[in-house]
Amino acid sequence: MKKVLSGNEAIARGAYEAGVRVVSSYPGTPSSEITDFVKQYKEIYCEWAVNEKVAVEVAIGASLAGRRAMSCMKHVGLNVAADPLMTLSYTGVNGGLIILVADDPNMFSSQNEQDSRNYARFAKVPMLEPSDSNEAKEYVKKGFEISEKFCTPVIVRSVTRLSHSMSAVELNERVEVEPKGLENNIPKWVMVPANARQRHIFVENRLKELEHFNNSSDFITEEINDSEIGIITSGIPYHYVKEAMPEASILKLGMVWPLPVERIKEFAKKVKKLYVIEELDPFIETELRAKGVKLRKLNRPVNGELSVDAVKKLFRKKTVKAKNPILNLPNRPPNMCPGCSHRGMFYAINKLKLFAAGDIGCYTLGLLPPLSAINSTVCMGASVSMAHGIDRASGGEYAKKSVAVIGDSTFFHTGINGLLNSAYNKGFSTVIILDNRITGMTGHQPNPGTGITIRGEEGPKVNIEMLCRAFGIKNVTTVDPFDVDECVRVLKEETAREELSVIITNRPCIFADRTVITNPYYIKEDKCTGCTACTRLGCPAISWDAKKKKALIDETLCTGCSLCPKVCRFDAIFQRGDK
Amino acid sequence: MKYDILMFGVGGQGTVLSSDIVCEVALESGFDAKKSEIHGMAQRGGSVVSHVRIAEKVFSPVIALGEADILVSFEQMEFLRYIEYASDNSTLILNTNKIFPPGVLSGKEEYPDKIIRQKLKLFKYVKTLDALDIAKSAGNMKVAGMAVVGALARMLTFKKDVWENVIKGKVPSKTIESNIKAFNMGYNI
Repeated sequence: MKKVLSGNEAIARGAYEAGVRVVSSYPGTPSSEITDFVKQYKEIYCEWAVNEKVAVEVAIGASLAGRRAMSCMKHVGLNVAADPLMTLSYTGVNGGLIILVADDPNMFSSQNEQDSRNYARFAKVPMLEPSDSNEAKEYVKKGFEISEKFCTPVIVRSVTRLSHSMSAVELNERVEVEPKGLENNIPKWVMVPANARQRHIFVENRLKELEHFNNSSDFITEEINDSEIGIITSGIPYHYVKEAMPEASILKLGMVWPLPVERIKEFAKKVKKLYVIEELDPFIETELRAKGVKLRKLNRPVNGELSVDAVKKLFRKKTVKAKNPILNLPNRPPNMCPGCSHRGMFYAINKLKLFAAGDIGCYTLGLLPPLSAINSTVCMGASVSMAHGIDRASGGEYAKKSVAVIGDSTFFHTGINGLLNSAYNKGFSTVIILDNRITGMTGHQPNPGTGITIRGEEGPKVNIEMLCRAFGIKNVTTVDPFDVDECVRVLKEETAREELSVIITNRPCIFADRTVITNPYYIKEDKCTGCTACTRLGCPAISWDAKKKKALIDETLCTGCSLCPKVCRFDAIFQRGDK
Repeated sequence: MKYDILMFGVGGQGTVLSSDIVCEVALESGFDAKKSEIHGMAQRGGSVVSHVRIAEKVFSPVIALGEADILVSFEQMEFLRYIEYASDNSTLILNTNKIFPPGVLSGKEEYPDKIIRQKLKLFKYVKTLDALDIAKSAGNMKVAGMAVVGALARMLTFKKDVWENVIKGKVPSKTIESNIKAFNMGYNI
């Protein structure tokens, strides 16, 4: 049976068909939907882990216990999981193990544009790179076979254009795999130096065997056309090449590490000029040049996505002359939703002109005007530790005018470590945990603060306040983020204190708890003085009537959060109905 | 035969579901189809775009600049943002409903009514509809997107019953009736 599936849905289907038993992941665009799709398959145990390192370690445990396992993450998530990955390469696997990593060329929703293929070379493990949904499903299945045959974790690499594109997939049935049982093999699994030295030799030999395998594998497709131009490519760029250069001979690679150098050298003999077309780093190109393959140079940028037009231009082919873009259109930047529980706190931070070390999540949008209340964003969890660094670098002085801002899921991910560090090392910083009880930006996945698991089963709900107190932090305050005056008062008090403070907000994301949505507010026109206090909240439900010079609430968007009447000094905002 | 269809609007308007439907109808009708979209932050009121490509065999999931056959604008001004994809022979399906961007809401920018009027002339054929008005008659404000799909369906050669079957399989069962109604009203414009 054929179905149109997204790359992410196809990857989930591949895991199902391959008889996978355990999937542990942390959400991150563009990889998040994979694990959300996996949860429909009852045969698979799946979970949202608290971070990618934990997720991969869960997968390693499942593999050790003799079952097939997968862990999915975005490219920067693999940085967090790099520690287990590097030694997992040495131990190898018992049940097959795949790490699915989704890169984001052009950074549609990411903080950097790293090329994860470098991890395959770094960790000395094979990497597969599918080019459409059907291949995505098939490569996951083949990946598990390779993993077990060569005793290695396998990385399957997706990109935004694969994860979030749809194409036809041939569906097959699930094939159950015989459990192998818990493997008790000390020299293989206990990586003390004496054992690891032996395993390193194994790893190097495995890499040679994998290269030999790849040379004759069906991961390679060779299309010989005109012998003038030969192009080596893989993944999504293959499709750009097919369309831009239909006359060229193409060698398409499915396993991009270790490279099938012999097979590439054979292809090189069949064509006059040989090129590599790849996105981001010159990964294949650099390796082939080092191996003595003669490649022609292309002036290809190492940033952003490729496209059919981009490939045409590299080969000086004519492209269709497009109409001129229209500049200076009113933009539609992503914005915090109407009723978002983060808005009030950012309004207060902005009002006090505090320096805010930010983090990764919906609240990064606090950067945008009119809230303009984020001053740094680096990586998951960094807000807390950076605020400590800012504080210690200034002998406590900067702690009086700065805060860390982090969401609940990011706090559980890696913020928790930073906070423990600040407590232990007697810092003065002020950490704001915007606890909306959900992982918002990636599509509202539950987390340890939600109190339900990925499949909606009730579970324990972590008490952040008690957790902070257990760290030895004395100043822990919970505030209502819709009460701006209270937020301002608490912020003033806690930043002034020469001790570590934590401020926790207590309103849920409107998607985490739909019951908080209530009757909308409206503005009494005769009472509105046009002071713009409410429009400066940046709420999508509040607009400005330039002719009347008055604010206006779109009642179809308003969730009744009660924030705007609290900033109105003229009592012009009222709620509909009794509620 | 090939159709390169660019569908775009504002997060929450149903462009993603609509493009899913187009893709599935094409496949059901025996063609190869691919679609690609950028979402992630779309739910937060951002601009959303889906590339739908239909042919005997489709390679790139992305439409090249200047090569879209049909542009489907779920919001009145959004087609201006994607004008680079239009060719001299492109058709525009335009939902005249307006959603004001934040800059317009805060009074700092103006809604580009004048530019819209000028740039409509760049299209060989423009079909306009008021999808919210249709949705209101269909009895459910949330099915506006399906009226736009109906208008698009009329331009393509796929059979109407294939469209209706795919829609029935894709929308919540409680809303099938209103969705089909909106689809048909859009189709018959």
